[in-house]
Amino acid sequence: MYQVNYHRASSVAEAAKLAKSGDAQFLSGGMTLIPAMKARLAAPSDLVDLAHIAELKGIKVSGKTVTIGAATTHFEVANDEKLKKVAPAVAHLAGLIGDPAVRHRGTIGGSISNNDPAADYPAALLALGATIATNKREIAADKFFKGLFETALKDGEIVTSITFTAPAKAAYEKFRNPASRYAMTGVFVAKGKDGVRVAVTGAGDDGVFRSKEIETALTKKFDASALDGLQLSPADLMSDMHASAEYRAHLIVVMAKRAVSAANA
Amino acid sequence: MSEVSLVVNGRRVGGTVEDRTLLVHFLREHVGLTGTHVGCDTSQCGACVVHVDGKAVKSCTMLAAQASGSTVVTIEGLADGAELHPVQAAFKEHHGLQCGFCTPGMIMTATDMIRRHPEGLDEATVREELEGNICRCTGYHNIVKAILAASKTMARSKGKAASKAKKAA
Repeated sequence: MYQVNYHRASSVAEAAKLAKSGDAQFLSGGMTLIPAMKARLAAPSDLVDLAHIAELKGIKVSGKTVTIGAATTHFEVANDEKLKKVAPAVAHLAGLIGDPAVRHRGTIGGSISNNDPAADYPAALLALGATIATNKREIAADKFFKGLFETALKDGEIVTSITFTAPAKAAYEKFRNPASRYAMTGVFVAKGKDGVRVAVTGAGDDGVFRSKEIETALTKKFDASALDGLQLSPADLMSDMHASAEYRAHLIVVMAKRAVSAANA
Repeated sequence: MSEVSLVVNGRRVGGTVEDRTLLVHFLREHVGLTGTHVGCDTSQCGACVVHVDGKAVKSCTMLAAQASGSTVVTIEGLADGAELHPVQAAFKEHHGLQCGFCTPGMIMTATDMIRRHPEGLDEATVREELEGNICRCTGYHNIVKAILAASKTMARSKGKAASKAKKAA
């Protein structure tokens, strides 16, 4: 790791101020950023640690409205009793990220700001039509995820919380890469106030995306059988050493079927 | 440079370190606790697992500066004097180690796992919870056996302590 200057912020306002020093980057759980810095794939001059900011932590459930603070860890999301009641699919998803030690540190805000094309949370937020609050504005999930490791966040902008309406039915199914545990294909299916929304992670050439074909089929009939015989085009899907685009196109339908069945169970 | 101050195994330790110093290097090189190992150095193998504020974390993927102000427990902090911690004793009893390199991380992960599952553990849960710890010798069978045994022993001694306290009251 190259030399870096560490700063610990105690408020969002202080973090925004500290971020103006040099080529600074925000640090939350650090489960991606620190390995990237160790491999010298990232070399910020300064790190602004957000993990100790109290206002960024915690989960609030009021009726069907769920708000998760950006610095809430995957472990906290996976084990929150109120969240498990209204949106069990989101808690389940958080429990599938990495391993227990990673879940103790990694945060939802960090994950979505990084927008890894194989990360789990982007699929949930997109399918749930979540709203991402920052220290400057509110951004709809549809506008937030821009591509591989790209988001709508501007320099110095900090994700503060994520809000969504708990869906009537939802589930996430993930085909894990056996080594990294990242999604080789993950599908989040939600049936809520905006109808059926289906988001796919780990498969798109340009990061997380909604599958209109699956949404159309499931809108007609919210059942795995609605996807029988559906074939997706491998164009715009990722091909790498783990799986070809054709294989991923197949996996999306398989994961979507499993997710619908789980959501209906 | 950062001034860091932590409580490690009940002892306050501190010093001035480069901001890029990883917690594992701070523990090994500054505090002299070499029980915590660096295996893969890419947060996959879990040889570096320690408890920070009561939670198992990979100390190769955390800066010492991030941990400043925290309470840390390493493998050296588990035993009570000459008496092994029940998880350590179970690893010995059930031959849960061969070369021993992964063992400190395995044991720190196991104690965290047992604490988070007061209802008890089954084999499938233990195997799933060990996802972030790699062992290249044992094939895991005896590690799983040891953790299941330790979980039972600890539940029993907790039950005994509780009934003792009840009687005393």
